[in-house]
Amino acid sequence: MANELRMVEAVRTALGEELARDESVVVYGQDVAVNGGVFRATQGLVEGYPDRVYDAPVAESGIVGLGVGLAAHGMRPVAEIQFSGFMHQAYHQLQQHAARLRSRSRGSYECPMTIRSPYGGGIRALEHHSESFEAGYAHTPGLKVVVPSTPADTKGLLTSSIRDPDPVVFLEPTRLYRAFREPVPEDDHTVPLGEARVVEEGDDITVVAWGAMVREATRAAERVDASVEVIDPRTIFPLDSETILESVRKTGRCVVVHEAPQTAGMAAEIIARINDEALYYLEAPVERVTGYDVPFPLFAREEEYLPDEDRVAAGIERALSA
Amino acid sequence: MPSERAAEFTINHVQVLDREGNVDEELDPDLSEERLLELYRGMKRARRLDERAIALQRRGESGTIAPALGQEAAQVGSAVALAEDDWMVPSFRENAAYLARGTPPHALLWYAMGMEEGAEIPDGQNDLPPSIAVGSQAIHAAGLGWAQAIKGEEHATIGYFGDGATSEGDVYEGMNCAGVYDAHTVFFCQNNQYAISVPREKQTRAETIAQKAIAAGITGVQVDGNDVLGVHRVVEEALEMARKGEPVLVEAMTYRQSMHTTADDPSVYREREEEEGWEERDPIDRFETYLEGRGILDDETREEIEEAIEEELAEAVERAQEGREEIDPAEMFDHVFSELPPELESQRAAFGGEENGE
Ligand SMILES: Cc1ncc(C[n+]2csc(CCOP(=O)(O)OP(=O)(O)O)c2C)c(N)n1
Repeated sequence: MANELRMVEAVRTALGEELARDESVVVYGQDVAVNGGVFRATQGLVEGYPDRVYDAPVAESGIVGLGVGLAAHGMRPVAEIQFSGFMHQAYHQLQQHAARLRSRSRGSYECPMTIRSPYGGGIRALEHHSESFEAGYAHTPGLKVVVPSTPADTKGLLTSSIRDPDPVVFLEPTRLYRAFREPVPEDDHTVPLGEARVVEEGDDITVVAWGAMVREATRAAERVDASVEVIDPRTIFPLDSETILESVRKTGRCVVVHEAPQTAGMAAEIIARINDEALYYLEAPVERVTGYDVPFPLFAREEEYLPDEDRVAAGIERALSA
Repeated sequence: MPSERAAEFTINHVQVLDREGNVDEELDPDLSEERLLELYRGMKRARRLDERAIALQRRGESGTIAPALGQEAAQVGSAVALAEDDWMVPSFRENAAYLARGTPPHALLWYAMGMEEGAEIPDGQNDLPPSIAVGSQAIHAAGLGWAQAIKGEEHATIGYFGDGATSEGDVYEGMNCAGVYDAHTVFFCQNNQYAISVPREKQTRAETIAQKAIAAGITGVQVDGNDVLGVHRVVEEALEMARKGEPVLVEAMTYRQSMHTTADDPSVYREREEEEGWEERDPIDRFETYLEGRGILDDETREEIEEAIEEELAEAVERAQEGREEIDPAEMFDHVFSELPPELESQRAAFGGEENGE
C-alpha cells in the first residue's frame, strides 16, 4: 500500500508512526506543538501525544542539549531546529556533546537523537534560512548526516534515523517540502542510512547530487546528449562511496553538485575518494558545480547563487569534452 | 539550618500615558511640542510603511515581512531618545526604530525585497544591520557599550530584542558581560507577548522579563510599551545610567497586532478576543487623543502629516522598485572580504560566463 504524499507530509507521517510505535520518542522544538511547526511538518501531532510533543523556548543550544540529557536517560528525542541556519546556536552542544557522548563515556551512554531541520535555498527566505552546512556536520565525528530528496525516502530515512542509536542531523530541503507528491509506502518503511540511490542509470558520466540538487541534476541529464548516471547518496555521512565509485569506474567521468559553498564542501571529499579509489578509471578531471564562496545572498540574488539545471548541464559538458 | 535573606528585588512598572490618553503629571517627561509631534509622525510613518510593505509582499513584490504594527510606541519612543552619536543594535522587527534614526524607507523596502543594498548604513548613522538570528545581537550591544566605556565616551548603545530572545543564552551573556564591563548599554526588550506561536508564559517561568536583569546584576525596569511618553522617559533615564557605566534592561510591554511575519497565521495560536483587547490599547490612538487634548494636534495638522507620509511612501516604493530592476547579482562577491581572494576572483570571473553555460 502506498499513499501519495508531499515531503512535508512524509516527515509528519514518519514522526506520527514512530511516536505510536515507541513510547520513548519525544518530539519538540520551536512552534512544533500548537502551531504544528512553521512548515506544518508536525501539524496535529500534539493532539495525539500531548505528553510527548512539546513547544520549546527560543533556545537552540537548550534544544540540542536537552536532547543529550533525554537520550542519556533512555528517551529518543526528535528535535526540530526551525531553520538549519540556527543550528549554529546549538553547534557546541552538537559537537561537544551529542556527537561525543558515546566516545566520551567509552560507550557507556549513547545519544539516539535526531535533529531535523529544513535547509537549503530557493524559497525566498530571510538571511540564515537558506544555507547548507552538511559538510560542517560531516566534519564533526560522531554525527550522521542525512539529506532526503523524495517523499518516500524522507519517510524511510527519517524512520531509520529515529531508530538509529547515534545522533543524526536530518536536513530537509525546504524547497522540496511541497514541490511534488509521490507514493510513499504505508507500512513500516525504512531506508537504511549509508546507502545511496541510483536515480538514473547511464554509461557516459556520473552526476552525484543530493537534496534539491537531485532535481536539477536529473533535468540537466535529460538535456545533454549523453547517457548520464545520477546518484543521490542520501546519507552524507556515512557516505556510500562504493556506489559512487562503482559508477565512476563504469562511466569514467563525474560531476559533483551541491548548493553549499565550494571550498571544503562535500564535493571536495567525494573527489578525494574518487582519486583514492578510482583515479585510473577517470577520463577527465571530476567537475564541481556548487554554490560560491560567499555568504548565501538575500533572495534577490539567490537564483544566481544556486546551481541550476543550466549550470549542471554546463558542468556535464565540460567533463564530457575534457 | 540558619537562614537569612540573601537578596531581594522588586521590578517597577512605569506608565505615563494611560489607555484613555491621560498623562500622569508627575511622570510627564515634559517634551517640547516639536518632540511630541516627532514621536507622533514617527509612529504614523512606521505604521504606514509596514502596511505598505505587507501589501507589497502580498502582491509578490517583496519577501517575508516582520511588521511592527502595535509596537510603534516602543520603537519610536526609545529610538527618538537616542542622541545621534549613540548606537543602535536592532533585531529584525525594527523598521520603526530605523526610520526614526534616519534610514530612508526605500532602503527598508530593498531589504524586504531581498537586496543587501537595503542594509547599507547611511553615513553618520551608528546603527548595525538587522539581526535575523534571534538574540544573537544582544552581545554586540554589550560590546559597543563596552567600547564606549573604554573610550571614555559620553554615549550609549541600545540593543533591541524580543521576549522570545530572552530564552537564548546570548541575551543573558550580553547582559552579564555588560554588567561586568560597565558597558554603556541599554537592553531593550519588546515583550510583544509571542515568539511566533509561543506565548510569553511558555517562554519562561519568570514573572517578568525585566527581572532577568537581576541575575546579571544590572537594573531591570518594566514600562507600558504602548505608551510612547512612558517609553521615552524610561529610556532617557536608562541611557543616562548607561552613559555612566550602569547597564539597564527595559522590558516594554506591548503587543504584536499582526502576524509574526507574512508567512505566519496567528489564528492558529491566539484568540480574536485577545487581539481586540490590545487594539483598544493601540499606541497611536492613545497618543492622538492626548495630543488633541493638549491642542497640539488638530484635523488640519493631522492631514498635513498624513499627506506628507503618503507622498514620501509613494516615492520610496517607486525608488525601491526601480532599484530592484538594476540589481547586479555579481555584487554578491564584492563585500565578503576587503580584497577579493584568488578563489573568489576566479569564481566571480566564471560567474555568468562560459562556465555557466551562457
Ligand atoms: C536563533 C534563531 N532561532 C530561531 C529563529 C526563528 N525565529 C524567528 S523570530 C522567532 C521568534 C522570536 O520571538 P521574539 O524574540 O519574542 O521576537 P518577536 O518576533 O516577537 O519580535 C523565531 C523562533 C531565528 N530567527 N533565530
